[in-house]
Amino acid sequence: MHELSLTRDILRVALQHANGQTIRSIRLHVGTLTNIEISALRFCFDACAAGTLAEGATLHIDTIPARAQCLGCEQILSLPSFAALCPCEKKARLRILSGDELLIKEMETEPCA
Amino acid sequence: MCVTCGCGNTNNTTLSNQNGQSIPLHTHTHEHPHTHTHEHPHSHEHPHSHEHPHSHEHSHTHEHPHSHEHSHTHEHPHSHEHSHTHEHSHTHEHSHERTHEHTHSHEHPNENTDEHPPKASKAAVTEVLDLHLLEQRVLDKNDRIAERNRGFFAGRGVFALNLMSSPGAGKTCLLERTLREIGAPCAVIEGDQATSLDAEAIRATGTPAIQVNTGKGCHLEAEMIWAALPQLPLQDKTLLFIENVGNLVCPSLFDLGEHKRIVLMSVTEGENKPLKYPHIFRSADLVLLTKIDLLPYLDYDLPRALDAIHTIQPDAAILQVSARSGDGMAAWYDWLRQQKA
Repeated sequence: MHELSLTRDILRVALQHANGQTIRSIRLHVGTLTNIEISALRFCFDACAAGTLAEGATLHIDTIPARAQCLGCEQILSLPSFAALCPCEKKARLRILSGDELLIKEMETEPCA
Repeated sequence: MCVTCGCGNTNNTTLSNQNGQSIPLHTHTHEHPHTHTHEHPHSHEHPHSHEHPHSHEHSHTHEHPHSHEHSHTHEHPHSHEHSHTHEHSHTHEHSHERTHEHTHSHEHPNENTDEHPPKASKAAVTEVLDLHLLEQRVLDKNDRIAERNRGFFAGRGVFALNLMSSPGAGKTCLLERTLREIGAPCAVIEGDQATSLDAEAIRATGTPAIQVNTGKGCHLEAEMIWAALPQLPLQDKTLLFIENVGNLVCPSLFDLGEHKRIVLMSVTEGENKPLKYPHIFRSADLVLLTKIDLLPYLDYDLPRALDAIHTIQPDAAILQVSARSGDGMAAWYDWLRQQKA
């Protein structure tokens, strides 16, 4: 359940920037290579946000697909799962282009009156 | 739970020092009052809800749906910014400066205006929310503490190793024999959910050891290492072994500030472990195949296991060892002696 630690970090960052305003939504970018269980993250978020300015806030999660480029044949492939080597003849290394993101992109707060 | 620091009921991590005395990990309780005081004044803002009539002006303009398209286009360009996320300090600073205030109409009012004539849409309040662009890595705090740990190690000439595996792969047994035979100054941080059994086993070898009990936590984090470091006598050229919580999933995400990552895989576990738990094997500098004295009694396909490791992490060194028989231990000691911070 490393999602619990991550949720605390997400909330800590969001509340730091909220300046006491009520948080209505938080948008995350989660790459498919990050080993994050989205449903666990949502579960932890609802539990951890209770009683804070983020209570009831919507958690938008954009899943970022994994793409990699072969250092041998230079083709770009989408990765269904982890692979270090290209399936091409050269069996060269793959350089990850996307899919390892774990970002708090933005959030919406109610404005100060 | 305190959302400022993440500590609280559910995070009951404790340290036991060398004498077995329990030490609380979190000491920054001074942060607590701040969040509470900030929240209260805003509850007085309710009277402002009388300003709702202003929303009537908005509802007359039928151009709201267009603003939706604008907000979507803002999100797409973000994919170009991925490369920036690798720069630790930059992402943090940007988040403060780029706090733009976007007027942002919500989806809900539009749904209502479809159903009701504009004049009757008192409920169709166009909400104006502040949009904060944060662009912050979730693991930023852990990674910054890990960087601090690395600086601490550099200052002391300590070489730190993060040992990870499933429970029962033989981390503690390997360490016990290593500490008796390596002939170099060593120290150990033991991570387990509960008990000080492993730290006691390590201390029996004459090596200083600190136990970190993570409670419900499934992995060690950089802050736990930072808290444990002052409890250990660390001299120049000390090898610091950090035995992570037995778990092939969670520890891989959390940088502790270590110089090298070692993943253990015992021959009783099956050859496909690297393929089934690729994240942790992907991060390994060294894979130790343990309990090889048992190979004569198992139908273990050694080439397949080595191939599985290579498929996930072609750069990892692989050593085959048995802490029981001593097979392969000399090569492991050689590998340790070759490491430099």
